[in-house]
Amino acid sequence: MDTGAGVEARLPIRSDMDLVWVRQHVRQAAAKLGFGLVEQTKLVTAASELARNALVHGGGGVMEASHVTAEGTDGLRLSFSDSGPGIADLDRALSDGYTSGGGLGMGLGGARRLVHDFAVESTPGSGTTVRVTSWVARPPRPREDL
Amino acid sequence: MPEVGPAQGGNDKERKHVPQHETGGAPAHEVRDFLLRRSEQIAQRWADEPLFRTVFTVSREEAVEAGKAVVDALAQVADSQRVEDPDAAGFTGVREQLARMGAARSRAGLSTTQVAAELAALRPPVENLLVADLEQEAPERLRECSTVLSVLMGTLRLVAMQTALSEIQALTDRQRLQLLEVATPVIKLWDGIVAVPLIGTLDSARSQVVMETLLDAVVDQHARFAILDITGVPTVDSLVAQHLMKTVAAARLMGAECVVSGIRPAIAQTIVHLGLDLGTVKTRASLADALGYCLHELGANIVNATPDGAGRR
Amino acid sequence: MSEGFSRPVAGHVPVLRLGDVLLVTLQGDLHDSTAFQLQQDLSETIARSRVTGVVIDISGVEIVDSFLGRVLAEIAAQTELLAARTVVAGMRPAVAITLVELGLTLPGLRTALTTEAALELLAQPIVPGRAGGVREESP
Repeated sequence: MDTGAGVEARLPIRSDMDLVWVRQHVRQAAAKLGFGLVEQTKLVTAASELARNALVHGGGGVMEASHVTAEGTDGLRLSFSDSGPGIADLDRALSDGYTSGGGLGMGLGGARRLVHDFAVESTPGSGTTVRVTSWVARPPRPREDL
Repeated sequence: MPEVGPAQGGNDKERKHVPQHETGGAPAHEVRDFLLRRSEQIAQRWADEPLFRTVFTVSREEAVEAGKAVVDALAQVADSQRVEDPDAAGFTGVREQLARMGAARSRAGLSTTQVAAELAALRPPVENLLVADLEQEAPERLRECSTVLSVLMGTLRLVAMQTALSEIQALTDRQRLQLLEVATPVIKLWDGIVAVPLIGTLDSARSQVVMETLLDAVVDQHARFAILDITGVPTVDSLVAQHLMKTVAAARLMGAECVVSGIRPAIAQTIVHLGLDLGTVKTRASLADALGYCLHELGANIVNATPDGAGRR
Repeated sequence: MSEGFSRPVAGHVPVLRLGDVLLVTLQGDLHDSTAFQLQQDLSETIARSRVTGVVIDISGVEIVDSFLGRVLAEIAAQTELLAARTVVAGMRPAVAITLVELGLTLPGLRTALTTEAALELLAQPIVPGRAGGVREESP
């Protein structure tokens, strides 16, 4: 399957216009990889949250999208990096209701619930990278819920 | 790709004109030479075995060809001296064929054990041929070679079983998905009222399907009310409660009201015991009660039938 | 999915007046600035023209993230202050599921399946904001 084209991308996040491009790219890439409508919507929403985080808290950044496979399953990996002030207290940033930017405080913790795998690296003073991955039609094994 | 010889790799210089009674050299290479030499005969004998006979039904030639492909693969593996390695490159070409054969036998109703037995039955014909071929050899040499051959045949069996099992796993996964879909019927109870009777355990995958199916039905049927009936759900733990609340919340965002019915006394007790908070979820004891509530909300009055006709509304 | 990938919409969202109700139809992918603009436009229009209700049709919206969710909640709170009611109509199932998963259940928001249902809801005497329930609950 040739999925490289239309999935792999590196998009800047510098304005709210860029957020629109990020969402549209993620929507198209997810559709191309065969994600169902609900999973597509979850991914696009997660991307929107994380891109907005990079824009509002990190002073802008970049999103990289890539096609990954594991055990014969296709996945979409999105990585959001900024070189902003970083997150001092990750646990707190991931808990619901925490916000430093005047939103509803659902950004990071909410985005985590919309994807299958979630990893965040942050160095205070030098930036934050959030990496998320979702898999297409994972066989319905009971999965740990949060 | 049936015509893959042992030409590449290896360190045996005399491979091309296989000497009949060469002594010395690795036993694996002796076995390889034997397999290449006897490919046709082995395949002929296998074609009579149930595993080949019942899978390749078009013609006997078809079965023989398939058999030769397997013999060639074995020869390749012997050539690489990796007779114990199910991941040996030589098997790559026949993996799919072996999977097809295994799957065909499973479909015919054979158990995994029976398929394994049929695979084991491929060994004796080959062994008999080997013994006949190496009659002149020293008993020591013959023993070495037949050990190599039986290890190799054992590995083949392993490869075939592995492949067949992964096919079965894929099939199970597919069936599980299908089951999830068929196990969630949405019933239209009234104009604007849909219901899903849930039966069996609710894990998160199933809850997800239930949620999507119910919400799609809300749109399709223009349903202002959706009833989730959990009479057939054996237990309600915090996870199930959470899923119910999510469904209710999503329906509300769409502009529909979701009622949970069929809360048996035992479940009501568990909910209280666990201290679960069903929050703003509207609950009713039975599906009938839930329907009554929805009808009332829709402004329909239920009265007893009068002699001269139906009396609803 | 029948709809293609919508083009980004920048600028103003048209606000339609139907009697004493304002009807807003959102489509596709909204700019943050467009959503902000709408919030402002609406409160000005309500203050100026004494409408009693606002219907926001989001059946054409493919995603609602926490930003747009917050804008919708704020519009509702604002109109409430101006003695009007807001109903959000036509949220798609995938959007609703995602919002709930995100943790955004927007409890104060009035919702309806369709624009017609929303108009019907606004025609009813004021009842505590709740989904779907058009009838008053009698004891």
